[in-house]
Amino acid sequence: MAKILMKGNEAIGAAAIKAGCKYFFGYPITPQNELPEYMSRELPKVGGVFLQAESEVAAINMVYGAAGAGARVMTSSSSPGIALKQEGISYIAGAELPCVIVNIVRGGPGLGGIQPAQSDYYQSTRGGGNGDYRTVVYAPATLQETVDLVMEAFDVADQYRIPVMVVGDGMIGQMMEPVEFKEPKKRNLPPKDWATTGTKGQRKPNIINSLFIDPKELEDHVLRLEEKYKVIKQNEVRYETYNLEDADVVVVAYGTTSRVVKNAIAKCEAEGLRVGLIRPITLWPFPDEAFEKISDKTKGILTVEMSTGQMIDDVKIAINGRKPVYFYGRTGGMVPEPDAIVAEIKKIAGGEK
Amino acid sequence: MAKVFERTKGLTDKPFHYCPGCTHGIIHRLVAEVLEELDVLGKAIGVAPVGCSVFAYDYFNCDMHEAAHGRAPAVATGIKRVHPDSVVFTYQGDGDLASIGTAEIIHAAHRGEKITTIFVNNAIYGMTGGQMAPTTLVGQKATTAPYGRDEKHAGRPLKVAEMLATIHGAKFVERVSVHNPANIRKAKKAIKKAFEVQLAGEGFGIVEVLSTCPTNWGLTPVEALKWLEENMIPYYPLGNFRTPEEVK
Amino acid sequence: MEERVIMAGFGGQGVMSMGQLLTYAGMIEGKNVSWLPSYGPEMRGGTANCNVIVSDKPVGSPIVTEATAAIVMNRPSLDKFESFVVKDGNLLINSSLIDKKAERDDINAYYIPANEIAVELGNGKVANMVMLGAYLELTKAVKVESVLEALKKVFGKTKAHLIPLNEKALERGAELIRK
Repeated sequence: MAKILMKGNEAIGAAAIKAGCKYFFGYPITPQNELPEYMSRELPKVGGVFLQAESEVAAINMVYGAAGAGARVMTSSSSPGIALKQEGISYIAGAELPCVIVNIVRGGPGLGGIQPAQSDYYQSTRGGGNGDYRTVVYAPATLQETVDLVMEAFDVADQYRIPVMVVGDGMIGQMMEPVEFKEPKKRNLPPKDWATTGTKGQRKPNIINSLFIDPKELEDHVLRLEEKYKVIKQNEVRYETYNLEDADVVVVAYGTTSRVVKNAIAKCEAEGLRVGLIRPITLWPFPDEAFEKISDKTKGILTVEMSTGQMIDDVKIAINGRKPVYFYGRTGGMVPEPDAIVAEIKKIAGGEK
Repeated sequence: MAKVFERTKGLTDKPFHYCPGCTHGIIHRLVAEVLEELDVLGKAIGVAPVGCSVFAYDYFNCDMHEAAHGRAPAVATGIKRVHPDSVVFTYQGDGDLASIGTAEIIHAAHRGEKITTIFVNNAIYGMTGGQMAPTTLVGQKATTAPYGRDEKHAGRPLKVAEMLATIHGAKFVERVSVHNPANIRKAKKAIKKAFEVQLAGEGFGIVEVLSTCPTNWGLTPVEALKWLEENMIPYYPLGNFRTPEEVK
Repeated sequence: MEERVIMAGFGGQGVMSMGQLLTYAGMIEGKNVSWLPSYGPEMRGGTANCNVIVSDKPVGSPIVTEATAAIVMNRPSLDKFESFVVKDGNLLINSSLIDKKAERDDINAYYIPANEIAVELGNGKVANMVMLGAYLELTKAVKVESVLEALKKVFGKTKAHLIPLNEKALERGAELIRK
């Protein structure tokens, strides 16, 4: 199939529809508006439903209802809106329902700004809402990867009955790149025999629920979720590595920041420096195993983020004290520049840090 | 001998957990009987609230979905949009619907969402222990209004049926009570009509049911029924506020 | 080959569509491309800019901080982006609206009366195409034919009649460079 030049937000919508998503519930917020606009235009053409909810809270609870009813359903928002959706995300995780949630991240806290940021890392990877739960979190770096992961996200959500987040930023949402829609690898998806479809008088009622008033029952439920998360950790970790074998410095970055880092690495190489890269594609589960591949001669790890340092916690957990971990970041919508990253890499390589 | 009474198929065998004298049980039964009589149990999907009736999902003998506090109309919207041929209802109390869930109920009505809402108004937060609700009467004592509801401080109680009746998409709006057999019969009629409005694809329907809470009102069950009649009905007048022509 | 271009001007001067056309043409030629717009409140009537990358290698950061070329359609854009151009890079200035000269002497500045030429051609809106024509003549980033093919796809049937005008505008821009 030929490549199509698409804007990120629209490409996400197109990928979702190709993956069989028929329902979208959303609420306007910049910089993701092209996505609900696209869905409002395209979903009716495939017999689906787009609905603009009265709030992000209502939108995610509509997703909760539709997911419980057995549909492939999606919502999208940007940081403050995702904060409002945490109530529903926690219920969806607790009731073990599949859905896809897109966060086109903007700077915060509060109303913050609208320019690219990665300051929702904690919110995305630590559950975000109340309780012991996780969501699978994809952080694509290019539009091609974005459409690939959005399509796969629906399968992963269905396979594990789990909410899946796709985290981008205004750059991913607003930029145009060529994309090609490819079927994700075939998975064996279980039938949705738990869904509220009406009993038709042929089976016992299905109940979608996250309430377990008996503490022992709730503990058992949470432990079962934990078992599921272990399986996801084994099967679904994704990352890219570059030149870990003989790197003096290894940079860790995800999403669009990793693209700036790649420019910085190319500059370093032109000057004879050996720099490696670990790019988590799943933020949860975090690719701990990639850090085992770091060579003994590596002097230090540099984490680069568009935040004041959130992923660095996971980097430190993964490296477990074997190497010093340093941080460079811009925040509030400012994007790190390659030269600034090069300067940090040189400091570590030259033993200045 | 002719059978004059039997269990409704609309309820499961699970015993209710409600307090003695609470009228939730009556209202559950009315809803269940209506679903059975309309022969829609097989395509009914109910949404339970947070509040005393949180366990409604264990009692209704149809597919059920437990919602977050106040969000039942949003959850019901999601379900109904996926299964437009199903019969979707929410069962909500006054804290759930008239306080935390005002946005969701108003906009479900505003969209003319083809769902039915059973709104149980007992003028108090029951499950959390008798706190003041938006529907608590002026002067009525609650654990967070120990001197009685002060109008200057907390405003006058919210009249949900009247408010929703101003919304175009709300096609059926009626307030009923279950404090005596005659009113229980009227309540059932209203609930049936509300579901018929949904089946006819007319739009949103709501039945506000005045209900008792002997435990948190500090009254015996009999006193509570009397208190409802003497105090609630004068402020919350019973009657129909909207009915579409087709169902009249 | 890697072209990293900043295109900037007032909203309504067609800088976004100029960038998209270059990107589209690059894709048609099988090159790696990206188009990144400025976004937010400034888009509503203020200045607009986009970053375009056309490259033989996979595109790294879509943000252009070291531009091989900048096309500036108004004075604020010149002031803002002149410093972004790399040494020996190209700065294309719309001299119809910008009376100032480039300050740097380590870059190649070109002065193109794009609005005047567009008006001569009968439609002030194709000033962006004049600038793009000049840029393509200078850099050969993509073939003019690829831009025309992209135009066909973007315009569709309803606006197909505008293609000859756009082609002329591209050609007039190129002529200015050839002189």
